[in-house]
Amino acid sequence: MMSEMFEYAPAPESRSAVRIEDSYGLFVDGEFVSAKRTFPTIDPATEEVLAEVAEAGAEEVDLAVAAARTAFERVWGPMSGRERAKYLYRIARIIQERSRELAVLESIDNGKPIRETRDFDLPQAAAHFFYHAGWADKLEYAGYGTTPIGVAGQIIPWNFPLLMLAWKIAPALACGNTVVLKPAETTPLTALAFADICRQAELPPGVVNIVTGGPQTGRLLVEHPGVDKIAFTGSTEVGRAIARAVVGTGKRLGLELGGKGANIVFDDAPLDQAVEGIVDSIFFNQGQVCCAGSRLLVQESVAEELLARLKERTATLRLGDPLDKNTDVGAINSAAQLARISELTASGEAEGAERWSPECALPERGFWFAPTILTGVALSHRVAREEIFGPVLSVLTFRTPAEAVEKANNTPYGLSAGVWTEKGSRILSMAQKLRAGVVWANTFNRFDPASPFGGYKESGFGREGGRQGLEAYLAQ
Amino acid sequence: MPSKSKKPGSAGRPEPRGAAAAGGAARLRVRKTYKLFIGGAFPRSESGRSYVVNDSRGEFLANASWASRKDVRDAVVAARRAFGGWSGKTPYNRGQILYRIAEMLEGRGRQFVEELRDGGLSREAAEAEVDAAVDRWVWYAGWADKIAQVAGAVNPVAGPFLNVSTPEPTGVVGMLAPRESPLLGLVSVLAPAIVTGNTAVVVADSPLVAVTFAEVLATSDLPAGVVNILTGPREELAPWLAGHMDVNAVDLAGASEELANACETAAAGNLKRVLRPAATDWSADPGTERMTALLETKTVWHPIGV
Repeated sequence: MMSEMFEYAPAPESRSAVRIEDSYGLFVDGEFVSAKRTFPTIDPATEEVLAEVAEAGAEEVDLAVAAARTAFERVWGPMSGRERAKYLYRIARIIQERSRELAVLESIDNGKPIRETRDFDLPQAAAHFFYHAGWADKLEYAGYGTTPIGVAGQIIPWNFPLLMLAWKIAPALACGNTVVLKPAETTPLTALAFADICRQAELPPGVVNIVTGGPQTGRLLVEHPGVDKIAFTGSTEVGRAIARAVVGTGKRLGLELGGKGANIVFDDAPLDQAVEGIVDSIFFNQGQVCCAGSRLLVQESVAEELLARLKERTATLRLGDPLDKNTDVGAINSAAQLARISELTASGEAEGAERWSPECALPERGFWFAPTILTGVALSHRVAREEIFGPVLSVLTFRTPAEAVEKANNTPYGLSAGVWTEKGSRILSMAQKLRAGVVWANTFNRFDPASPFGGYKESGFGREGGRQGLEAYLAQ
Repeated sequence: MPSKSKKPGSAGRPEPRGAAAAGGAARLRVRKTYKLFIGGAFPRSESGRSYVVNDSRGEFLANASWASRKDVRDAVVAARRAFGGWSGKTPYNRGQILYRIAEMLEGRGRQFVEELRDGGLSREAAEAEVDAAVDRWVWYAGWADKIAQVAGAVNPVAGPFLNVSTPEPTGVVGMLAPRESPLLGLVSVLAPAIVTGNTAVVVADSPLVAVTFAEVLATSDLPAGVVNILTGPREELAPWLAGHMDVNAVDLAGASEELANACETAAAGNLKRVLRPAATDWSADPGTERMTALLETKTVWHPIGV
């Protein structure tokens, strides 16, 4: 997919920044411990096995929850907010200090471009700890009380492994809870590196416990009677199952689930900026983003021109080695996800959409999917309704603002939306009418620890980030 | 089945003033038919079902409408239809309408006292509950144009962006009217839901107070469908409401554990927000929690530049 205008020599980031062990244990009560079973984690860009990782079973989850309980009752719960804050500041600093190592490790284990891990995932993860550190001794001003809930069981996805860990652990710890966190099966390595960061920070044993494993480990954690709060980020299907599993247990629940975000471009939008925004909204992180702008709604009168510019821009994206600093589009995280993207995209074609991708050579090994634009999509098509979670944009058109609102809101999801127009009053009107937890106007995919994030409707409930994000970890 | 009442048609109302009409012949009182409240109208259940309501001494009071699953669906449709208009009104306007409801509630005070007494309360307790309900409603009315200032914020993000978080109503809320406090409890779950722009479907099994309350709402400029009230056994109606795919949240105040679990399981189907039942002193200061639990935080970003 190299444009004729530019040829870039490879500029690979060195793998020597990180040393990957042959095998990893679980992090329980401040120690790495082995489990009866293990599973491999692979580099999705090469399909090479990176390490064998312990799979936590019932016994190990028990130990982790018990360690978290003890730490909550004896150390972390009683500790003053001022002291907790200093631990979190320490963690933020160590993440900054080790950011190059962590960025390389994340790109290797996840497949995302080093440009993104280096410039987005790592700075955001550190910022999340820094922001929440400052809340730890100011909770009485936040309006949700100062009483922690207890032991939080946290399950995170593979799309932003370390950043999602930060979103979960930083507010939980700031509010005085202890955690048992399960990273995604395909991306456990940065969470295990974080365990080492906890040791460097001299965080008391048991405050953070990391249990690696698959869905069964997650189920054990959700159903464990010693857990007071479940926080889950992932698919809406699993979110539903978790909501049913906690019925009658008194456990608190926070869910951040799927999305099918509408990115709406009006005819008076600055088209070049909009094109950049659209590229960012659907090709950032290979489109494996819950708040991706996966439905482009473009006003009919500019659709042709916008699509021409969008295709031209998409053709300049560089797909390939995630560790190459020039890479824009990295590998899909797993074979299973690649299969899902391929199946859904094929269904779009079968249902009548027109499929376009730039000329693009895919590496022979690894999991790859070229940036794809589907035009002529109808609201009833699966590619307009179901979350693809890949670099696939479904394009629909509209004539009036009312029609744009109607189409944008015609989904069970409600996580994100985008609006592109130069007219201020239209931005404000659209922002009011869109039923989504975050609305980006003349920008897209912006995040900040001070900015609450979370969904309407089936995109989940509860917020992460900002003052509002503290509510999820306080008992009122 | 109607019981043999010595006082037919008392139905908790004050003794009819025309009881001793000219000539000494007793005047027969005109009774009220207790019906459902859906979309601003007072229909009977489409099923034609009704159930007998007796007072605390077992005397017949009324045949109340026994809502069906179809009535639940009709009520949700009415609530959804009303949502855009109600949530789109200015907070000031919603506050005015809620205050108007308090005025109507005050005016009906005597009727509520009698109905609460039929339910077994002493006159003093019934009067205290009515007073508290009016005051509670006025308190919530004033929140309409203040909650966003308390729950929202301009967030200091690390970049050239204006970033604003505002609370918005979650949508259609299904709720149970708490049994133990037929008027104050009903007011305490309903007012915090609608003051912020949500619309509601209420399942009430104290039909007298609930239906009279519906008459208050019907004469208060509240748009049709913002509040819909269904009477009938909650064990039957609530799970249907909790499982409805166009309801966004359920408030299970006053539900038994068994019913709450059934409703919560049904609610997971479309990931409703669920307010689980908790021991609640309805006379205590409610705080803002019942309002914020039914709000979504929307965060809007826009670049800053010239």
